[in-house]
Amino acid sequence: MSSVDLSVSIGSLKLKNPVLLASGTVGYGNEISEFLDLNKIGGIVTKSISLKPRKGNPPQRIVETASGMLNAIGLANVGVDEFLNTKIPFLKNYDTNLICNIAASSVEEYVECTRILTSEDAIDAFEINVSCPNVKDGGLEFGNNINTVGKITSAVKGVTQKPIIIKLSPNVSRISDFAKIVKQEGGDAVSAINTLVGTAFNIRTRKPKIFNVTGGLSGPAIKPVALAKVLEIKRNCDIPIIGIGGIMNWEDAAEFMIAGAAAFQLGTVNFIQPNAAELIINGLSEYCNEMNINKISELTGSFII
Amino acid sequence: MFISNANVTERKDLGHNIVLLKLFSPEIASRINPGEFLNIKVSENSFPLLRRPFSVCDVEDESIYIMFHIAGEGTRLIASKQIGGALDIIGPLGKGFNFDDDFETAVFIAGGIGAAPFPYLKKKLNGKRIRSFIGGRSKESIIEYGFENIQIATDDGSRGFHGNVVQLFKNEYPNIQNEKIKLFACGPTPMLKAIQEFALEQNINCEISTECAMACGFGICQGCPIESTKNENQYSLVCKDGPVFNAKDVVLK
Repeated sequence: MSSVDLSVSIGSLKLKNPVLLASGTVGYGNEISEFLDLNKIGGIVTKSISLKPRKGNPPQRIVETASGMLNAIGLANVGVDEFLNTKIPFLKNYDTNLICNIAASSVEEYVECTRILTSEDAIDAFEINVSCPNVKDGGLEFGNNINTVGKITSAVKGVTQKPIIIKLSPNVSRISDFAKIVKQEGGDAVSAINTLVGTAFNIRTRKPKIFNVTGGLSGPAIKPVALAKVLEIKRNCDIPIIGIGGIMNWEDAAEFMIAGAAAFQLGTVNFIQPNAAELIINGLSEYCNEMNINKISELTGSFII
Repeated sequence: MFISNANVTERKDLGHNIVLLKLFSPEIASRINPGEFLNIKVSENSFPLLRRPFSVCDVEDESIYIMFHIAGEGTRLIASKQIGGALDIIGPLGKGFNFDDDFETAVFIAGGIGAAPFPYLKKKLNGKRIRSFIGGRSKESIIEYGFENIQIATDDGSRGFHGNVVQLFKNEYPNIQNEKIKLFACGPTPMLKAIQEFALEQNINCEISTECAMACGFGICQGCPIESTKNENQYSLVCKDGPVFNAKDVVLK
C-alpha cells in the first residue's frame, strides 16, 4: 500500500505513528489487546497511577449523554507497586511506546511517583494528570491554578530525564496560558484536553445520575471544544500538542493534526470500537496517499485561516 | 472476545414490548455460556453512543438469542432491525452461571426482563429438576418463555401470588428445602438483595446476575463497580468479574 511516513516526534519521544490510547480508557492494555494489536499503535497511556492504590468512586460512575458520556471513576488504580509488579511485565511484550500517566494529591506525591517509576526502563515518558475533575483532593484544584501547574512541571522534571507531558484541563478560561507555563518550566509537551465538567439529573428522583454529582464529559460531543483548545495552544505557544477529545474515526484525527496536534489520543471510542486505533491508522495512511502527503507530521498545524 | 457482525435471522414479538432476536454468530455461539453477555452497537453514528449489554438468552447451533424489553432509544433501534440486517456485537463477555457444583434442584428466580438468561441455563442443566419462580409488576410483565415448573407472583395480584416473587419463594421454601437446591436469580436489584439476604440467612447456594450501567463491557472503562466481600479496598467489576456472582461475594446497595 503506502510509503507514507507515519512517524512523529513529541520532543525527544519518537512514535511510529501518531495514534495513542488515552489514559483511563484502556486500563493497562491487557483487555484491549484481545481486539487490537498493540504493536501497531504509536503508544499507550496507562490508567492514572497514584502512589497508593485507590478504590475509586461508588456506582453510578458513568452515564450516557447526547453523543457523549459522563464519567466519575475517581482514579481507581492499583498503585505504583502493583503497577510495576503486575502490569508492566505484560506491557513489555509489545513494541510500542509506554507513557505512564500519574495522578496525585500533592506536588510531593507527583515527585515521589515519578521518581519511583522513572527507573523502570519500559516507561518511555510520563503524562501528568493535573486535571481530573472527579476527585476531591488534587485533580482540578491543580489544573485550574497556573502557578501549581508550573510548580508540578518543574518538580517532576527535576527527578526524571524522560519526557514530561502535562495533561491540561479545558475547564479554564485561557488554556494557552497553561501551555506557556508548562513550556517555561521545562515540560516537553501538553495533552489537550481532559474531560469537561458536566452533570445530568434524573427528573423523577431529582437526583444527579452519577454518585459524584458531576463527572467528566467525553466523546464526540466535546470534539469542537477540544479542537478549539488545540488551535488556541498552537497559535500562542511553541510546544508539542497531543490532541484528545471525541475522536471517533480517521477524519476526526486528521482535524486534530491540522489544528496543531503532533499526535492524538483515542479515548471514549475504545469503549465502543476497541479496534478503532487500527482502523484510524489505515484511514490516515490512505488519506495521506490521496493528498500526496509524504510525512504525516506535515499535517500538524497545517490549517489555513 | 470477538467483534462479530451478526445477521438477524429471526424476530419474535413476545408481547408487551418484549422482543426475541436470533443472531447468526458461529464464533460467539460456540463459546458463550449461560449468564454471559453481549455488548451490541446501537447506531452507525454517535447517538446513542454506547453499546447496550444483553444477556445471552439461548444458543441454537451457530446462533444466539437475545431477549429484551424495548425501554429507550437504544433498544428501539435494535428491535427495529430487519431480518437479514446485521448487528455489530462484542462477546462473549463476563462470567456466567456456575452449574457444575453439587445440587439436585435448580431454582430459577426471575423478575421482569430478568427472565432473559434462563432458557439457555435450563438447556445446559439437561435433566436436572427445575423450579421456576417468576415475578413482575402485573400479569403483562410476566415472561414465561423457556421456563418450566412455573409459579408466578405479581405485585398487583393480577396473576398468581399477590406479592413479590421472593416472598412467594420464601413461602414455598419449606416444601423444597430437602431437595438440595441451588438458586439462580436475575432481576431488579431490590429483588436480588432480598433473595441474597434470604439465601445467606438459610445458607442456600445462590448465584445472582447483577446489572450496572457500563460503557465497554470488558473492563477498560471501570464504569461498573460492585462492592466485594472478598476485598474491601477494591471494587469488583460487574462486566468482567460478573455479571453473575455468588451471593456471598458481593454487597448490593
